Amino acid sequence: MTYLLTRDHDELRALVRELAEEKIAPRAAQIDQSAEFPWDLKELLAQQDLLGTCFPEQHGGTALDTISQSILVEELARADATTSLIPIVQKLGALPILIAGTDEQKARYSPRLASGEWLVAFALTEAAAGSDVASNRMSAVRDGDDYVLNGSKRFITHGSVANLLTVFALTDPAAGGRKGMSAFVVETDTPGFAAPRVEHKMGIRGSPTAELTFDDVRVPAANRLGNEGEGFKIAMATLDRSRLSIAAQAVGIAQGATDAALAYTAERRQFGERVVDFQGVQWMLADMASQTEAARQLTYAAAARVDAGASDMPYWTSSAKLVAGDIAMRVTTDAVQLLGGYGYISEYPVERMMRDAKITQLYEGTQQIQRMIIARQLLERAGVQKRPPHAGSTNARQ
Amino acid sequence: MKIVVCIKQVPVTGAEKRYTDDLRLDRAGAEAIINPLDEYAIEQALRLVDSGAADSVTYLSMGPEQAAEALRRALAMGGDDAVLITDPALAGADEWATALVLAAALDKLAPDVALMGMASDDARGSLVPGAVAAKRGLPLLSYGAELTLAEGAARIRRLSATGFDWIEAPLPVVATVTDQVGEPRYASLKGIMAAKRKTLESWSLADLGIDPASLRGAALTRVTDSRPPEQKPPTERIENMAAAEAATRIADWLAARKLI
Repeated sequence: MTYLLTRDHDELRALVRELAEEKIAPRAAQIDQSAEFPWDLKELLAQQDLLGTCFPEQHGGTALDTISQSILVEELARADATTSLIPIVQKLGALPILIAGTDEQKARYSPRLASGEWLVAFALTEAAAGSDVASNRMSAVRDGDDYVLNGSKRFITHGSVANLLTVFALTDPAAGGRKGMSAFVVETDTPGFAAPRVEHKMGIRGSPTAELTFDDVRVPAANRLGNEGEGFKIAMATLDRSRLSIAAQAVGIAQGATDAALAYTAERRQFGERVVDFQGVQWMLADMASQTEAARQLTYAAAARVDAGASDMPYWTSSAKLVAGDIAMRVTTDAVQLLGGYGYISEYPVERMMRDAKITQLYEGTQQIQRMIIARQLLERAGVQKRPPHAGSTNARQ
Repeated sequence: MKIVVCIKQVPVTGAEKRYTDDLRLDRAGAEAIINPLDEYAIEQALRLVDSGAADSVTYLSMGPEQAAEALRRALAMGGDDAVLITDPALAGADEWATALVLAAALDKLAPDVALMGMASDDARGSLVPGAVAAKRGLPLLSYGAELTLAEGAARIRRLSATGFDWIEAPLPVVATVTDQVGEPRYASLKGIMAAKRKTLESWSLADLGIDPASLRGAALTRVTDSRPPEQKPPTERIENMAAAEAATRIADWLAARKLI
């Protein structure tokens, strides 16, 4: 399968880059220091129609291809990783609706999400159920035409600022998370819902990561996505697509750090020469640039497979996220090195980028989970039989 | 109420300019943008549509075929349609020829307001708006910090040495606005997508009924020389020394030049 970037892709990149350089980059340090959600930039992205790229046109979206969505995230993350999470999470939270929702459910929620009037968050992780999604505890009990939700979620990006949540809860606890979990759409003004706490984080500090509590939250049965018991499947189908956004975010962070390091070393003089004239520095810059490009091309290749509906799509999206996340970490660390002492202080953006890069190795599946997904598909392709699960194991995924 | 915004495609501000042998700007391969001062005219026109004071915005440009990119970009910001006047006989046009051609196109489009930026970023003649108004026998409202429309008249607010002047003229008018208008909007994603479907016509001199011979080579003036400003000698710095010594050095420097 091949892909080519088109003039439309170039135009989108130019549009987002101009916006990011003029309006977002100048805010990045302040967002990081204050750890406040950038409502102004959310409004800006909404005004420019950049929060509706994954929604169909009939519901007010722009239905861009996945490479375009990657370019959007990449260019935002090049300026500020926190701001790039606004469209990332809008898509992540909406994917369960777009994948498993009925036409009525899609029509009910998509317009307000595509326009950016409402923010949506994806509420899957629990305190004791991170990578091991199947050990979720939160419950949803049918009561007449409603479900009553009880329990809590943790590490929910935008959980405290969202108007809408896609929530995963057990409708059949005896069947466990894999078979007994269902997906729901919950409006956050529903009584019994609260976001009592946000985490203090190392990076992406302007993006609130919230703890959510559900205390007898009544949700109409019409808000269930798919059938009872399909929650795990919906969550995995969502993550198989959404983790590509994280790959794009990692590429953008790496590009931002490479650009910053190049600009700095071209100005900075030591021993009577520009730092960039030292061959050792040029080799580092060459490695940073080429690795970033490799991550970018793998991300676009995976994006083309998402749009083609390729059966091995998870192999590609996990590979892109694994490679791009590790490259972002390496490249930003090298950028700090190239700026020397100035790289370690907040006067320059690279220390923030290094802190932001770390999360791309952790969320939407740790790098270790990505390797499990890649290896499983690798073994399947090669016809290697799966090992039978041993008794009591809960960590075999899917 | 119909507005035509005249825009010019220019090289990126600050870009190194190359010239052809006859000292025309070499546009081949140069990165081009909408003249930044024209973006304020676009913004003013779109604000008048947003507020309901105007109904439609047409963009008009004269230039080589690649100037269509500038018109598409303007259409992505808003507005309805665009016209590009392009003709081999217009290469190297000066302000006089440009004004003649734009005036003929505006006669055909018949807007209530022909709106322009206050100057172009590359040539900086600032003559075209006045020449167009004169050619068409219409009032010129120039250097507006704001343009408003009401009851068959257009009015500008112009920054003066002591405050603002308000100047009014009956429609139709030619008007220019300054960067006081307000920050030009960014093109939105839907704007870019919609711009691809908007009409962009291309007119030749024949379409305007202009005989190329009447344009006398498209220029009455010609550029005879072009060079960057001469480099200034490096600044001498007197710093990091005691005040008395610094004062002596400054006095010596001035005395050496017979300034004291």
